[in-house]
Amino acid sequence: MLEIRGLRASAGDKEILKGIDLTVNAGEVHAVMGPNGSGKSTLAQVLAGHPAYTVTAGHVLYDGNDLLDMDPEVRAQAGVFLAFQYPVEIPGISNAYFLRAAYNEIRKSKGLEEVDSMDFLDLLEEKLRLVEWGPEIMSRAVNSGFSGGEKKRNEILQMAILDPKLAILDETDSGLDIDALRIVAGGVNALRRPDNVTIVVTHYQRLLNYIVPDQVHVLSGGRIVKSGDKGLALELEAKGYEWLEEVGAAS
Amino acid sequence: MSELYRQEFDARSGTATADRAEWLEPLRKVAIETFATTGFPIARDEEWRFTPIAPIAHQKWRQAAGNTSAVLPAELEPYLFGHPDWTTLVFIDGAYSEDLSNPGVLNTEGRAGSLSEALQNDDGILERHLARHAPVEANPFTALSTAFIREGGFVHVPVNTDLTRPVHLLYVTTGEAADTVTHPRNLIVVDPGARASIIESYVTLAEGTSYWTNAVTEVWAGANSWIEHTRIQRESERAYHVGLTHVEQERDSHYRSFSMAMGGALARHNLTARLNGENVETLMYGLYLTRGDQVVDNHTAIHHDQPNCRSWEVYKGVLDGRSRAVFNGKVFVKPEAQKTDAKQTNRNLLLSDAAKVDTKPQLEIFADDVKCTHGATVGRLDDVALFYARSRGLPASTAQLLLTYAFAAEVTSEVALEPVREELDRLVRDRLVSL
Repeated sequence: MLEIRGLRASAGDKEILKGIDLTVNAGEVHAVMGPNGSGKSTLAQVLAGHPAYTVTAGHVLYDGNDLLDMDPEVRAQAGVFLAFQYPVEIPGISNAYFLRAAYNEIRKSKGLEEVDSMDFLDLLEEKLRLVEWGPEIMSRAVNSGFSGGEKKRNEILQMAILDPKLAILDETDSGLDIDALRIVAGGVNALRRPDNVTIVVTHYQRLLNYIVPDQVHVLSGGRIVKSGDKGLALELEAKGYEWLEEVGAAS
Repeated sequence: MSELYRQEFDARSGTATADRAEWLEPLRKVAIETFATTGFPIARDEEWRFTPIAPIAHQKWRQAAGNTSAVLPAELEPYLFGHPDWTTLVFIDGAYSEDLSNPGVLNTEGRAGSLSEALQNDDGILERHLARHAPVEANPFTALSTAFIREGGFVHVPVNTDLTRPVHLLYVTTGEAADTVTHPRNLIVVDPGARASIIESYVTLAEGTSYWTNAVTEVWAGANSWIEHTRIQRESERAYHVGLTHVEQERDSHYRSFSMAMGGALARHNLTARLNGENVETLMYGLYLTRGDQVVDNHTAIHHDQPNCRSWEVYKGVLDGRSRAVFNGKVFVKPEAQKTDAKQTNRNLLLSDAAKVDTKPQLEIFADDVKCTHGATVGRLDDVALFYARSRGLPASTAQLLLTYAFAAEVTSEVALEPVREELDRLVRDRLVSL
């Protein structure tokens, strides 16, 4: 479903991704771990089409299509979703308006009719339960004045409504208390299906107690230095990232 | 050129106009003398440094004829808010039209009508307030307005009454007003404990016509009164608009202003609030949407003369084309005005490379136990926010529109009265879609 080959990317003059190879099959959950500055968030953002990064080499096939050739909105319409590490505040626009606009754009791209606000409310009700929220949240401005945990929950709510085929969570667990973490992980697990894939980018092993990955990859210095099953995450937790940085330097 | 105004004043004095009010004559004479002495502001006058008023000063403007029969009620539809029970006073090229106006439902002893008619039988309110608040020496345009007081809106809300529906003062300029000047003059008196919503609109039926509107509004907010005052400036984009709103607030009063500016080749608005008692609250919100070669200038001043008052000001601008905006906000805090809480913000969004903003927030604080902040920003749409919206499936152009709208909506959403808020929202959407 997702095939990344020799991916290199820079921010300005600085090369951050130095050749990433990664294959994710339908139905799988992959965790991407690594220390600060390893390039794991950059990988997540490059996959979603963040304009701050320039891809300098490599290719990414998504569902058989050249992902890197698509504009961010086209990727979203094709089922790519990035849960932001730092969700953006948009004062002046309600959460309901923003989400419905996004939902309708994705429907339009599939040749489906747009839904009106009443029908959208019905859909919302079910998805709100997933993140244990009442409808009040929808009349608040997008992420504006939200706590850190609320912002992350809002990302999961958006993900639930937009129903992606490739969901990328960029440190969605950072800074969450246990309750919020449980809600966020519950949302992710509920959306897991045989025909979609999830990439969980995280700094901590803790999240993987709730979301069980099929594979774990460790990034260091812009490369994947080790891949393994969920046991790798536990090993990392015990030995620390320094252990792998040594592995990376040696390779 | 200023001499012309003096000649016109002399020619008009003694003729039978509305001014049977004897007390007004000396005020008008002082005003014309003041203007004759100062003339129009010169370029190095700090208050007018960024405001290119030369086209106003150098042109010989005729007095508008004010032919009220030239307009059909249907032509006004787009400018009303769709509420037939609101009181709407309509002025065509400066002249009051009783036929086009709608008395609405004034549920109280409140009065809303033409100033010239009110001057015919003043029971003392006009004498106490008209031309008593906005000082003529501070602004040559106010001096001209006072010298040429003829017509405008007069609203009086008596003690402890609630004007449940808004009063809309609608100034309409027609194609017949080319190269003319009008001096709309409004007086709003809200007595102690009373409550009112006032809307002031300046619109044109002849886009592309050049004319000059010189509007002055005086507001008196009695103790414990509540006023929402919305000003919508949608003049022709070849017209000149100079406006001044002067507010006097007594203790415990709440005054909230929203000033929308989207018309005019040059549009200037001065908004001054003087806080004369304790526990006064003053909210000033503003939005300007400019394009082409428009210049929009907002000058605000808040005088914290007494302790324990709060003022909150947010002006935002969206600029396109080669347009230019000026913002100058002053907050004065007197030594006795302890515990003042004042916050002032001016934020500008540039949609083009050629648009330009001169912003200058100024705090002059002479008390030591106060909380006063100000800030100004000039920038473009945030790249990360654009990416965020696009990453949710919104095409780039839709994302830009949405974020621009959001920027403006953050301030229009502060308007308390829902139909007014919706009208402003519609104006913003219509304008942004056309950019």
